[in-house]
Amino acid sequence: MATTETTPGRHPNWYGHATGDKFGKVADAPVGFGHMKRKEDARFIRGLGDYMDDVRLPGMLHSAIVRSPYAHARINSIDTSAALAHPKVAAVIIAKDLETLGLAWMPTISYDTQAVLAGDKARFHLQEVAFVIATDAYAAQDALQLVDVDYEVLPAIVNCRKTLDPDAPLIRDDKVGQTDNLASPLWEAGDKANCDRVFAEADVVAKRTILDPRCHPCPMETCGMVADMNPATGQLNIYNGNQAPHAHRTVYAQVAGLPEQNIRILCNDIGGGFGNKVPVYPGYVCAIAGSIVAGAPVKWIEDRSENLASTGFARDYLMYSEMCSKNGRITGLRVDAIADHGAFDSTAQATKFPAGFFHIVTGSYDLDGAHCQVKAVYTNKAPGGVAYRCSFRITEAVYLVERMVDALAMEMNVDPIELRMRSFIRADQFPYETATGWVYDSGDYHKAMKLAMEIADYEGLRREQQEKLAKGEMMGIGVSFFTEGVGAGPRRHMDILGLAMNDGAELRVHPSGKAVVSLSAQTQGQGHETTFAQIVAEELGISPNEIMVRHGDTDKTPYGLGTYGSRSTPVSGGAVAVVSRKVRDKARQFAALMLETRAEDLAWEKGRWFVKGDPERGATIESIAEYAYSTSNLPEGLEGGLDANAVYDPPNLTYPFGAYISVVDVDPGTGKVHMRRFIAVDDCGVRINPMIVEGQIHGGLVEGIGQALMEIISFDEQGNCMNASFMDYLLPTALECPTEGFELGETVTPCPHHPIGAKGVGESPCVGSPPCIANAVIDALYQAKGIRHMDIPCFPARVWAAMNGNEQPPQ
Amino acid sequence: MQTPAPCEYSRATSVDDAIAQLQALGGNARILAGGYSLIPMMKLRLANPGHVIDINPIEPELNYIRQEGNEIRIGALTRHVNMLESDLLDRTFPHIFRDAEAVLADPVVRNRGTMGGSLCQSDPAEDLSGVVVALKGRAVLRGPGGAERVVEMDEFHIGPYMTAVGPTEMLIEVRFDVHPGFGGAHEKVERRAGDFAIVAASAGLSIQGGVIREAGVACSAVGPTTMHIKRAEQALVGKAPSEQLFQQAGQIASADCSPNSDGRGPADYKRAVAGVLTQRALSRAAATALRS
Repeated sequence: MATTETTPGRHPNWYGHATGDKFGKVADAPVGFGHMKRKEDARFIRGLGDYMDDVRLPGMLHSAIVRSPYAHARINSIDTSAALAHPKVAAVIIAKDLETLGLAWMPTISYDTQAVLAGDKARFHLQEVAFVIATDAYAAQDALQLVDVDYEVLPAIVNCRKTLDPDAPLIRDDKVGQTDNLASPLWEAGDKANCDRVFAEADVVAKRTILDPRCHPCPMETCGMVADMNPATGQLNIYNGNQAPHAHRTVYAQVAGLPEQNIRILCNDIGGGFGNKVPVYPGYVCAIAGSIVAGAPVKWIEDRSENLASTGFARDYLMYSEMCSKNGRITGLRVDAIADHGAFDSTAQATKFPAGFFHIVTGSYDLDGAHCQVKAVYTNKAPGGVAYRCSFRITEAVYLVERMVDALAMEMNVDPIELRMRSFIRADQFPYETATGWVYDSGDYHKAMKLAMEIADYEGLRREQQEKLAKGEMMGIGVSFFTEGVGAGPRRHMDILGLAMNDGAELRVHPSGKAVVSLSAQTQGQGHETTFAQIVAEELGISPNEIMVRHGDTDKTPYGLGTYGSRSTPVSGGAVAVVSRKVRDKARQFAALMLETRAEDLAWEKGRWFVKGDPERGATIESIAEYAYSTSNLPEGLEGGLDANAVYDPPNLTYPFGAYISVVDVDPGTGKVHMRRFIAVDDCGVRINPMIVEGQIHGGLVEGIGQALMEIISFDEQGNCMNASFMDYLLPTALECPTEGFELGETVTPCPHHPIGAKGVGESPCVGSPPCIANAVIDALYQAKGIRHMDIPCFPARVWAAMNGNEQPPQ
Repeated sequence: MQTPAPCEYSRATSVDDAIAQLQALGGNARILAGGYSLIPMMKLRLANPGHVIDINPIEPELNYIRQEGNEIRIGALTRHVNMLESDLLDRTFPHIFRDAEAVLADPVVRNRGTMGGSLCQSDPAEDLSGVVVALKGRAVLRGPGGAERVVEMDEFHIGPYMTAVGPTEMLIEVRFDVHPGFGGAHEKVERRAGDFAIVAASAGLSIQGGVIREAGVACSAVGPTTMHIKRAEQALVGKAPSEQLFQQAGQIASADCSPNSDGRGPADYKRAVAGVLTQRALSRAAATALRS
């Protein structure tokens, strides 16, 4: 047995280099694609990561936020004198102070405005009201209760069904001309007249009202920032784990009027993002303003309750839906959705798409007609509406269509897989344009579905279900088949605040043949330091262990829009492949000089250019790198050095897909759902590192289990947030995972337009699994009790109520 | 970041020292045992004691599970993990402690949390309290000058987060009578592993000669304190065990508990589940008793 050696003076968790025996050998790394342990894990599993709260700067001050105890209240006055008298308090910032800096309100990426600190009114429970800065975190917290706010409580509205009623309290009286709680005009996609015709000709129509309830991305590391404005130089260093550092820098420059070249954003390690770390939050603006006011670095780290109650929630779509069939095949879908944005519309999506990519709602089916419309409303709830592990509302779309296919199968009395098989887009129909205007790149849906059925032994499961039913036991089998559109996006179609959704990459090969690749994508735990090294390795033949991946520092990385919407591999991955090929082309020029031949007479094999017809004569990438930096004579037009830049503009989104089957047992006495099996067949095109892909799928499935079975942000009648701690907001654990483990399968349909044929996978499992589990629970209730619908989350009391015919949608 | 309000901290050197400190601090102090309830409450500033007396230094004095005569005695600082792993407890009271301790919170909490902490927190949804009530445990409280008094569980929990322990008293031990032919079980339904119970039921039966001689039934999370379902016990004693009898006991539990609606579920649901779990716990308890 190996012994652990520790070196005196080292961190107690130090076990030597990551590439040592304990964590896998260097030789284990493939030169290119394939299984490889993650390069970054050594520091994560040993507690040697470097997170926001690890940042400690000389003279740094701490902060805490006074929050509104009411969901809707006029603020008559704020008295900060007692707090300012506290010996350790340096400053207290309220809306009035921010007005003088022009920062009282900030624009959202959905062209709304959001109060940084509530000045006139508090519009949601636990909204930010005052920002207290003190010499230590304890004192900042102590001083919160010394800030005296005079509130006049107003009626609150948290129900999206009633917020447009004429007697509903007006939430956004700050907006000139706003007379109701409509957040944005009706937005629609698809040909309504054609869709109506398809429904008129249908044999069977299924109708359901489906709620995808408010939940939270819940990264383990909450949001926070250390803002450090140097009063002498005007340089602003921002330590802030966020998913789009370059876009954030541009936003700060625009919002605060600071010179963009003087702003540097440093993202060190990030303990999860999942969409929660895409937006700019009031706490960030306050920390920056605080550093300007106090003339010292200011740290703001939110606690768990603040994270759950005030920053970037997800979902909250109420969908009135109809799906129809003719001759046994799905033919049409229409959806009328209400998007509940909370008090400010700060939803995150590409600017031209106010409902995100929700109109991908036709899913994986070849429909004759479809129409969807979305109405966005204000309520006295926290703002956000981020894409929680999904590409801009595709989770809501997939949840809807996959629930509706099951509902329609129920009305038609056919097997839900059979109906899917009859209605799928066929492999020979790609590229396929959907009824709402998407052009899917490639796929073979029937193949993936059949593989999932085989792994599950679907026929056997249905037999077992009937046997159990006869004994009074409740077993459910759930199915879902998703198609995602990820990797936003083509600059002609997509932007955020006018910024094209493209990403840059810069590759430098050093004289020794080792390389540094700099990215605009921002890892939050996805394994970028490994995956992107493997892309360079595949293209250049350099070991991934000899390639450093640099990201997270806006001074040292090229411009790009960051990591969300599964866009890292589709966009940044494209950039890295392109930049590697540029370097390879330049290496060919050097190789021609070295081998005294013409460049066009050279052929490439991984790691080496050689003379066509004389493979013995060649130059390795290492020798070429050495040559490129040497004193060798270069011809006109060829510069020394071996490096390149690229900006990748994806020609289209990529469309990963998957077939999921789950098996649950429901306790008839208590309504408790037991996850027994989960079969996931994913097709994400070419897999760069299958181990990382599997890890992503495992993680996303667990998050799907959470959403389907236990996670919800709910509110009481007064608008109080009821789930602002881990006592009340439940995250799944290993014990809620299927007792038979995750059973994964794969098919590979390469993306035809991506440089390496990859499609992106980070979000697929979290998108595909919630309807699969909901369908399983409802299947159990339907088979045993004839129940045709319930909303998630399926926690025991709600399942029991559904079982007894009393289920109410959650609030 | 969550930070507790300012407070003083001291360590106890003995039980009597802890009690003397409580006396000296005049009601402004809280005893710190495992810390898995008190510390989170302090971080959320729901509890703001001026002084915390850490009794972990006296663990050797108060961490024990032993048999004395016809009694099992468990020290107040005995950790949940010790009760989970105790063969003596599982042999004497099969398998009620092991059932409850296996589903009480998570391993991290079980490694630190204690018998005394569980009872003194008096959270009506807590699992171990249900077991202690079903087994009719008796709490030994010590006060100034070494004075001890023994309190029945029915008198111990007087309300949510309220107990009979006086301001200068400390719970030091819990005692249980040993019964021949014993079988017990703890049934819990929760929203997620490690969560507090939506409802839990604890049952202990002593069966001799085919007749139930002793019965204990308690339900958690369905009232202001752990609910002692005495009418169910009366219905069971003197009868032969049967599924029909246990169903009847379950119906009594449903009728006699008084749940509230909250985030874990509406009252009608909890009432129904109290019956289902009571029946299941009794059924398993009887099966175990008949094997022992």
